[in-house]
Amino acid sequence: MIQLTWRQFRAQATVAFGALAVIAVLFAITGPQLVHLYHTSVVPCQAQGDCSVATSAFVSRDGLLQGLGLVLVAVPAVIGVFWGAPLVARELEAGTYQLAWTQSVPRKRWLAVKLGLVGLASVTVAGLLSLMVTWWSSPIDRVNADPFAVFDHRGIVPFGYAAFAFALGVTAGMLLRRTVPAMVVTLVAFAGIRVAVTRWVRPYLITPLRIVSAVVPPSPGNGGPGNPPAAPSPGDWALADQTINAAGQVIGQNGAISYGGGRFGILFSPAGDGRMTLGGAGLCPNRFPAQSGAAPGGQPSAAFNQAARECVTRLVRQVLTYQPTSRYWPLQWYELAIFAGLALILAGFSFWWMRRRFA
Amino acid sequence: MSAALAARGLGKQYGRRWALSDCTLDIPRGRVVGLVGPNGAGKTTLLQLAAGLLRPTAGTIEVLGRPPSDDAGQLGRVGFVAQDTPVYSALSVADHLRLGAWLNPRWDQEVAQRRIGQLGLDPKQRGGKLSGGQRAQLALTLAVAKRPELLIMDEPVASLDPLARREFLQQLMAAVAEDQFSIVLSSHLVADLERVCDYLVVLASSRVQVAGEVDGLLAAHRRLTGPRRDPAALGPDLQVVDASHTDVQSTLVVRCDGPVHDPAWTVEELSLEDLVLAYMGRARQQGRAAQRRLGVLR
Repeated sequence: MIQLTWRQFRAQATVAFGALAVIAVLFAITGPQLVHLYHTSVVPCQAQGDCSVATSAFVSRDGLLQGLGLVLVAVPAVIGVFWGAPLVARELEAGTYQLAWTQSVPRKRWLAVKLGLVGLASVTVAGLLSLMVTWWSSPIDRVNADPFAVFDHRGIVPFGYAAFAFALGVTAGMLLRRTVPAMVVTLVAFAGIRVAVTRWVRPYLITPLRIVSAVVPPSPGNGGPGNPPAAPSPGDWALADQTINAAGQVIGQNGAISYGGGRFGILFSPAGDGRMTLGGAGLCPNRFPAQSGAAPGGQPSAAFNQAARECVTRLVRQVLTYQPTSRYWPLQWYELAIFAGLALILAGFSFWWMRRRFA
Repeated sequence: MSAALAARGLGKQYGRRWALSDCTLDIPRGRVVGLVGPNGAGKTTLLQLAAGLLRPTAGTIEVLGRPPSDDAGQLGRVGFVAQDTPVYSALSVADHLRLGAWLNPRWDQEVAQRRIGQLGLDPKQRGGKLSGGQRAQLALTLAVAKRPELLIMDEPVASLDPLARREFLQQLMAAVAEDQFSIVLSSHLVADLERVCDYLVVLASSRVQVAGEVDGLLAAHRRLTGPRRDPAALGPDLQVVDASHTDVQSTLVVRCDGPVHDPAWTVEELSLEDLVLAYMGRARQQGRAAQRRLGVLR
């Protein structure tokens, strides 16, 4: 059975591993040059201080090879579509399953060998490519210092993506029994699940850290949002920057209050008794000067501004949610585990379905 | 010795439609069994059930004394040539023989190569480039070289031209003469089966209409022609299979265990084709009657 699987798969395997070998050679030649350049251009200028020219020149090196990093995002999908989906669907479509399943090999074993061998090749191709890309790009990634921006095409997660995409393709092929629809469904479902995990699962795999700080509004004439927040360090993954009121409700983003589209100064409205209400945030705890109302078009008085700032500082909080850069590898492992787990579930399902559907 | 194929109340349902129902059969070993019936009669379903490619919805089936199962031992005893004789279009003829050798412990490479040589198939030719006849021959070679005890073939000659058809059936008979395995093959053409089969099963409207040895069936059926008469009044020893009437004349196909003595009838022997057609015609009439009854109920 292994021989047959190899005979049916060897052309594709040759192409894939051939391409991998070519990339490996290119990386092996250019990788050390990149490291050398890092040590001769970036390290000395970092020692001196201003480095923007040198680093921007450095990170745009070998654009074509850097593009391979992005190709890596597509590799698992391609594996799912071209290796996974046709694996069973083509046999069902062409009727050759009747030939394969009536030889003296139980079809459980037939499927196990096909899943095992082609699945292993899938994981190996995507995984090796990822490890090569990770190694090659490491100087550039160090300069960019934004590991979460390249999370999907570095490290170990591509192993999981490839396993999942392959199992998804096989399962879709077995359910739909037609190659082309199975390919389309595989592509759409894989892309959908990847996006969903990236947006709604990955940020919360580990409870994100929060930084809560007071908002200090700008002085008049000094526009823009409030004080620069206590920013996470470079390389951290900022998930959200929310403005909340005393009750904990979100009232805006990025240090601003979204209330009628305005900014701080015009959000105050008199609440009688010399008090003011800060739109979206509630009643100010402090009193405002009696002559608070400014003439239309006129500037508010300095005392009013003072009271307004105090109100904002006391009522409004800025909450930064983020994953620190130290969690990069734990998050990689968690995401790998999720996709590997999904792949195993799908593989198990395809065995169950084959038993149920075909004797 | 257990039967080549034994079914008890066997049925297979797809959605709400029964492709095969209440099928009870005992096919002895050592026969060449023809399974004949119109398109959509359930032939493929029955054969796929026997090959273990489908699981019955109702009843039981045993092949060579064991239920078809997904284990190497049972799979090795049954050869199967599926409808349209699928082969791998990307694999060469030689690859197919290798496939057979890899997947079958009892594989006979010598037989396989000899057959391929006799057929004049180019071992380097890809499956996708073979003609329908060559494909059927390749599929038969795979099934025969596996050395099965029972060879099941689903419409193996349906897509072949008359010459290829005859060649294929000759090859098949030669293989049987050599190896003494049992064969079940289906066709919707009696002429194909007449030449090779010694046992016949007529399947129509998803039911077995009649089954038995060809000689016995031919001996037990007669066509009676005579003055018009009610078929119900014929007596117990004549079973009417099919009846057609004109104003003055009745033509009946009957099953009779002894000779017909009534001098009013002109008694003729039936050809196998006539016999099969009579049973198929009966099945169709019963089907229509059933539909009418349903119509009344509605």
